[in-house]
Amino acid sequence: MTSQTRAHPWMANSAPGAVQAMLDEIGAASVAEVFEQIPKDHFRKTPLDLPPALDSEVALRRDLVTKLKRNSDCEANLSFLGAGVWQHHVPAVVDEIVGRTEFATNVWGSYQSDHGRNQAWFEFSSQLGALLNLDVVQLPVYSWGCANGHAVRMAARMTGRNKVLVSALSDPERLSVLRTYCQPSEMDSHIEVVSVATDPTSGRLDLGDLAAKLGDDVAAVYFENPAYLGTIETESAEIARLARAAGAETIVGVDPVSLGVMTAPGDYGADIVTGPVQPLGVHMHCGGGVGGFIASRDEARYVHEYNGFLVSVAETVQDGPLGFGLACPHQNSYGSREHGKDWTGNSTYLWAIAGAVYMSLLGPDGFRELGELIVARARYAAKLLGAVPGVRIVWPDTTFKEFVVNFDDTGETVEDINASLRKHKIFGGIDLSNQIPSLGKSALYCVTEVHTAADIRRLADTLKEVLK
Amino acid sequence: MTRLPEFHAAKWDEPLVMEMGRPGGRGQLFPAPEPEVAEAVGTGLIPAAMARKDRPELPEITEFEAQRHYLHLSQMTLGMMGISLFGTCTMKYNSKTAEYATLRPELAEVHPYQHPDTLQGVLEIIHDFDVILRSLSGMDQFIFQAGGGADAAYTMATVARAYWADRGLLGQRTEMVTSVQAHPCNPATAAAAGFTVVNLPLEDNGYPSLDALKAAVSDKTALIMINNPDDMGIYNPEIKEWVRIAKEAGALCFYDHANFNGVMGKLCARELGFDACMFMLHKTFGAPKGGGGPAVGAFGCSDELAPYLPCPVVVKNGDRYELDDDRPKSAGKVREYWGNVPQVVKAYAWARAMGAEGIELASDISVVANNYMDKKLAEIPGLAISNPDVTQRRMEMTRWSLGPLTEETGVGTADFANRMADYGIDPWWMSHEPWIVPEPFTPEAGELWSKEDIDHWIAVVAQIAQEARENPELVKTAPHNQPVAQLKGDAFEDPEKWAMTWRAYKRKVAGDTATQGVA
Repeated sequence: MTSQTRAHPWMANSAPGAVQAMLDEIGAASVAEVFEQIPKDHFRKTPLDLPPALDSEVALRRDLVTKLKRNSDCEANLSFLGAGVWQHHVPAVVDEIVGRTEFATNVWGSYQSDHGRNQAWFEFSSQLGALLNLDVVQLPVYSWGCANGHAVRMAARMTGRNKVLVSALSDPERLSVLRTYCQPSEMDSHIEVVSVATDPTSGRLDLGDLAAKLGDDVAAVYFENPAYLGTIETESAEIARLARAAGAETIVGVDPVSLGVMTAPGDYGADIVTGPVQPLGVHMHCGGGVGGFIASRDEARYVHEYNGFLVSVAETVQDGPLGFGLACPHQNSYGSREHGKDWTGNSTYLWAIAGAVYMSLLGPDGFRELGELIVARARYAAKLLGAVPGVRIVWPDTTFKEFVVNFDDTGETVEDINASLRKHKIFGGIDLSNQIPSLGKSALYCVTEVHTAADIRRLADTLKEVLK
Repeated sequence: MTRLPEFHAAKWDEPLVMEMGRPGGRGQLFPAPEPEVAEAVGTGLIPAAMARKDRPELPEITEFEAQRHYLHLSQMTLGMMGISLFGTCTMKYNSKTAEYATLRPELAEVHPYQHPDTLQGVLEIIHDFDVILRSLSGMDQFIFQAGGGADAAYTMATVARAYWADRGLLGQRTEMVTSVQAHPCNPATAAAAGFTVVNLPLEDNGYPSLDALKAAVSDKTALIMINNPDDMGIYNPEIKEWVRIAKEAGALCFYDHANFNGVMGKLCARELGFDACMFMLHKTFGAPKGGGGPAVGAFGCSDELAPYLPCPVVVKNGDRYELDDDRPKSAGKVREYWGNVPQVVKAYAWARAMGAEGIELASDISVVANNYMDKKLAEIPGLAISNPDVTQRRMEMTRWSLGPLTEETGVGTADFANRMADYGIDPWWMSHEPWIVPEPFTPEAGELWSKEDIDHWIAVVAQIAQEARENPELVKTAPHNQPVAQLKGDAFEDPEKWAMTWRAYKRKVAGDTATQGVA
């Protein structure tokens, strides 16, 4: 027993006498006695070396806030960073709901004691299904990249094939996760990740190269809409048709905030759809706001390959409201351990609730307005930046919220330009120079509904100034 | 018997949000593009082939209606607002101070690709917490990319792949050895990573024999993954010998520290010989669980394995904190970016608020409280402790069985869980698969709950046991005062009936003719 003199606010039984009362009840002479299973020589020899406790809330808060204030954030600066984590507006009601202690601290109850949570989950899947025009939406997995990993492995199991085709202009962050899921080449169940060339004039997939690589060993074609560099695949239906003709699954990654203005993937032949949940009402959280959804048509051969939680409506034994429970629970790893479909565990389910609230707030007109606003401001930004001497927009007219800005003719590196912009409290776009050398000295800029026309002019004017 | 407090859950008979609202109703408006924007870019910006023509079938409700609806749903969620002694998950208080700190723009509105100059605060917290975990485990480096305990187990499997590939032995080291009662995430992630799983059976003492381990490990073994103590509350006293045997065969040894609460400050994974371990920050370290994430599986390892960690790794150079992406032997990412950063900050806050003394006291309290609970449960007829041959005191949780009571009354553990909610008590955790004892349940008191809470919880269990004998139907048809009654299970495995979205439900049940995408 340690020598703590004051009860700790987070430990009821640290109050004087509580531990002793329990020891008396169980007939133990000391605390050490309850650890009797552990052999003496297993106890640690090196004492714990931790910083002094901040056991008062006032001291703890001071420490946290002091440290966090050493960050400089995207509200104090004007940020154009995107690529998988995007600065979108989070409605205040979303923050209130995900902060509700019943949702935030919950673990797992019964279908009745967690009825409200399960309904919110079902409403997430239902509303996302309405945006995607698809009937099955799983609760989100850890991230978009993880969703892609699971989706590709679904396709590999369904087809018995072991190759996936992806765009040569894929996000290296998501691609690294996909490669992890596809296993190293030394392993028997390795899935080969093969790049498909892109058209240099549009950034879109080269359909000739796609057709040439679509052999009978291809499990799936994966493409994104909008793609990593913001471009829109205008021939999505043709890509899906080619994949289907080759017996491969079509997996499409979509940005859900684009779906008020862009065609639903269920309408152009996608078999499995993945995407990020962070744009649906989750703060960037330094990358800790990400989650990834997986959706498909409602066919048993797809449903029986999902790895995680599928929430289904269920009737109850009484007249009254519908309940909600897990469909096909035995196929996940909780039910079947190593024989389950991949694995599941704690995921990002609180963000499903954020997404449900967000989608219900926006409604059909909100998503349309949001999409129209984003694409208009992004194109405006591309126009203004393209007019800065030495700056070129690589694909100026085919993008949604992100676009590639090339600085080759400025004679400066993206790194130097971004350093100059930072002095003006602007975070320039992500440096692609090393990531995609074929694009030269380029950066990926992101514009959303939080960027006003004045913000965009400030960026263009500052860029002119720092490039002088 | 003392009278138990009465309880009734909120029951709003709440419609689905998709059924609410009215045409044209709005909950959120966006400005039109500024005139100069509209003039510069025009309209029809989405290529015609990809421009949406249908209106998504989303609700059209006011902002207040959305708020009220989801508040109603939160009220119809018990969510540890009763007494949740949910074993294996270590229910703790989740500090609001930490929660609010992470909602500040200095963290919530931070992008992971910002220049490190603008990230020094959060990097400092992550580094400081890494150092705290190093002290608790003896490991040399922690990362936080894994989005939960299972993802940390997967991280271990990917690090093992990279380690063996680097030695040219991945084609030979193809097996992962574990116990049948290890958490399902260990065998499942190893299998998904491409390893063959070898499950060791349990002996009467509660853990696999050394002979079984010796027979299982060989020059094919890539790694072993093991938890200790297990969910029965049994500590494997031969664990040092396990590690020695496994390492003699060349295997890597991973300590799944999911059940860390009873041994924190007492054991040091590295001193026991392990190469790597993981901590679940959303249970042991006081970050909230979110009803299933966002969570963090903090993965720590020795210097020998550190080159294979997923990138980036937070490092300190002098007074400056950096993200190290230049690790050529890295196993590759298990998830984008560097983890659920707000949860890491909350776990840091927990560790700082507790301090070394508080952490050691918490493990004392959690093991004492569990033994107190064991004594009280043993006094209720019809309940049986797992592994009755084990006479030593259990660790921070104990697996129990309702087997004798079920034989006598027909009332099982799921019935009990349902009935508990009627008393405002969070349904108990039964057991992971496979069930090693009949009708299992697994309580864990931890350091949060008071002796009075534990007594209340025991009284409810005793009350339900009495009801099972006097009126078993009452328990088997429970719950009775919850938002909904028991579910009919017939939809969950039936493709004609399951409905994972409202559009699917309307199509199948209401005969709606809406299509479900182009096949």
